[in-house]
Amino acid sequence: MKFVHYLEKISGVDIYALSSFAIFFTFFLGVAFWAWKADKNMINEINQLPLNN
Amino acid sequence: MQVEKFYYDNKIVKMFAYASVLWGVVGMLAGLLIAVQIYLPGANFNLPFTTFGRVRPIHTNAVIFAFVGNGIFMGVYYSLQRLCKARMFNDTLSKIHFWVWQLIIVAAALTLAMGYTSGKEYAELEWPIDIVITLVWVVFGINMFGTIIKRRESHLYVAIWFYIATWVTVAMLHIVNSFEIPFSFMKSYSWYAGVQDALIQWWYGHNAVAFFLTTPYLGMMYYFLPKAANRPVYSYRLSIVHFWALIFIYIWAGPHHLLYTALPDWAQSLGTVFSIMLIAPSWGGMLNGLFTLRGAWDKVREEPVLKFLVVAVTCYGMATFEGPMLSIKSVNAITHFTDWTIAHVHVGALGWNGFMTFGVLYYLIPKMFNTPLYSKKLATNHFWIGTIGIVLYAIPMYWAGFTQAEMWKQFTEEGTLKYQFLETVTHIIPMYITRSVGGAIYISGVFVMVYNLYKTVQAGSFVADEAAEAPALAKVVDTHGKQYWHRWIEARPIQMLVFSLVAVAIGGILEIVPTFLVKENIPTIASVKPYTPLELQGRDIYIREGCYLCHSQMVRPFRDEVVRYGEYSKAGEFVYDHPFQWGSKRTGPDLAREGGKNPDSWHFMHMLNPRNTSDKSIMPNYPWLYANDLDTAITPAKIRAMQTLGVPYPAGYDAQANTDLEAQAKKIADGLTNDDQIKKLASVSEEIDLKNIQKKEIVALIAYLQRIGTDIKGEKKPTTASLP
Repeated sequence: MKFVHYLEKISGVDIYALSSFAIFFTFFLGVAFWAWKADKNMINEINQLPLNN
Repeated sequence: MQVEKFYYDNKIVKMFAYASVLWGVVGMLAGLLIAVQIYLPGANFNLPFTTFGRVRPIHTNAVIFAFVGNGIFMGVYYSLQRLCKARMFNDTLSKIHFWVWQLIIVAAALTLAMGYTSGKEYAELEWPIDIVITLVWVVFGINMFGTIIKRRESHLYVAIWFYIATWVTVAMLHIVNSFEIPFSFMKSYSWYAGVQDALIQWWYGHNAVAFFLTTPYLGMMYYFLPKAANRPVYSYRLSIVHFWALIFIYIWAGPHHLLYTALPDWAQSLGTVFSIMLIAPSWGGMLNGLFTLRGAWDKVREEPVLKFLVVAVTCYGMATFEGPMLSIKSVNAITHFTDWTIAHVHVGALGWNGFMTFGVLYYLIPKMFNTPLYSKKLATNHFWIGTIGIVLYAIPMYWAGFTQAEMWKQFTEEGTLKYQFLETVTHIIPMYITRSVGGAIYISGVFVMVYNLYKTVQAGSFVADEAAEAPALAKVVDTHGKQYWHRWIEARPIQMLVFSLVAVAIGGILEIVPTFLVKENIPTIASVKPYTPLELQGRDIYIREGCYLCHSQMVRPFRDEVVRYGEYSKAGEFVYDHPFQWGSKRTGPDLAREGGKNPDSWHFMHMLNPRNTSDKSIMPNYPWLYANDLDTAITPAKIRAMQTLGVPYPAGYDAQANTDLEAQAKKIADGLTNDDQIKKLASVSEEIDLKNIQKKEIVALIAYLQRIGTDIKGEKKPTTASLP
């Protein structure tokens, strides 16, 4: 039996792999930036929440 | 702002805590039983409901959904109220959630013992229970979001983010993986078949670990570790990145359970890459937990709660380092299907989930009973007993896994396999025995905890409604400058829910959709035909008895596997397999090419007592298959269900199916009754009713076993480089 790798049969499939990385890195950078730019007082305030109750 | 007085509901937390302890003991004892059965087949007791294939799902379901499940709800109901400065949204919903969850657990234990299983690991429960799980999950969601919405604290602490992500992702996973078509009150077939079923199942299976055993417990870590150490978490910024990166990456990693299988290669690669990337957020979280204790390690020496939490977080770090390593294809080629996986899982289950639960119990019970812990010394003893138990469990399993994999792959100088499969099993029996000793030690530690908590409860007085006060939340939250963008999502539960869903859905969609889109493109193999009615019935018996828990049906394209089992498995062979039965562990040999390997009489003698044909086999006996009549009344419904799923039986075949079934059964029965060895065996065995053997379940099972993997056997073998 000739076994053909069936992913070769749908065109442009590499876009799935590439887009997944693109989405992740954009997302990751966004979140990292978001965390980095967050207001220090606010972060400290939230960080104390478990200890305040 | 006026300060409001309110009360935290401790009663529901106590109920979940007790349930977690109770089911933990039950689930671990079931685990100990199967650990002993593996080297002592007599411990299966020759009864269907005490046999390995049925007790093993009881063990896994009890530990995951009953022990850890109740542990999650204990932790969430305690911490959510305090982080939101509000009582749970609705006491009745809390009670419904508790009692229905316990009902599900009891129903699961009973139905699994009776052999009702979907045949998909960690998702074994059948369709009526699946529906009840969905409903109770909605109740939990309403109660959780109701509490968040009526909170008196404007910020949502990161623990709550983890709880929200848990809720939404578990809902998605459970619903998608549970699509099945019922054909009787308690039985159904998976909606998906073969490769697609495998992808969905392990997308679910991996993320059940991620979003049931990990994210809620990370939420608990972020609450209880600072509480127990009395200091805030090391870096809240890191926890933000940890959360988003973890939930985003985790969802992609499922295909690492299917490396070298018939799953498309690109999906396997995605699984590997994202699994390796997972080290970063996982270790970010672990270090965030451990660094929280910087400068406070002296407390760990004295405080058993912290001891448990530190080892739990350390085990999390070990398991999340090991997981990505196991996802590397060359490593996976050695470890997959061996006891290495069992060791890996138990470092997580015993170390991370177990110790985290124990730590939280030691923290909560004295708090809620307003008394110090009865004995810190006993708790410390429990800690050491548990730690020794984990070590004695894990090391023999790593050893067994590595040893067996090496033995599987060894060839003689002449180019033949060096070891028979059974030799590789009997070789690791000492490791199995040591593992069960480790497990027994771990459980004895749990009994020490039960005693300690019992004495604590006796000494204290329970605070059912704990008074608290906080100002009401302002309708409009005052934000200024750069706070705005952070607060837009940080303090808004619905945004959090939607973004979490988007983050976890992307991975699932990008992996699953292409695999489904190419359904028509799976190389259909002309010779692959639907199962005959008798084989289909036999396959359902195979699933009922949990054969897939010890036998894989997936020959990977390795030299040793092709020589040992036969031609490697192709995607097109599984198109009628609802559900797929590739398995994840080879306690026994692979069965993907079992058909035609041995005569019917061999299977007949083997299933009655595997020692009849294979000396020193550790497989259980299945005497009831020789006593039970095959239920043929259900055959038409099964055929119709398969037709609905697209299996090409001719129209109206359901009416004719039993005629074909009987003809095939007669042929097999005739062969058996004329076999001298069988006649001899029947004359000394009470279980065998040779005259009526045609009607018995064993005949259907033999029909199925003789069919597996034979569809492409007649075709010309491709030449592969892996052949010797």
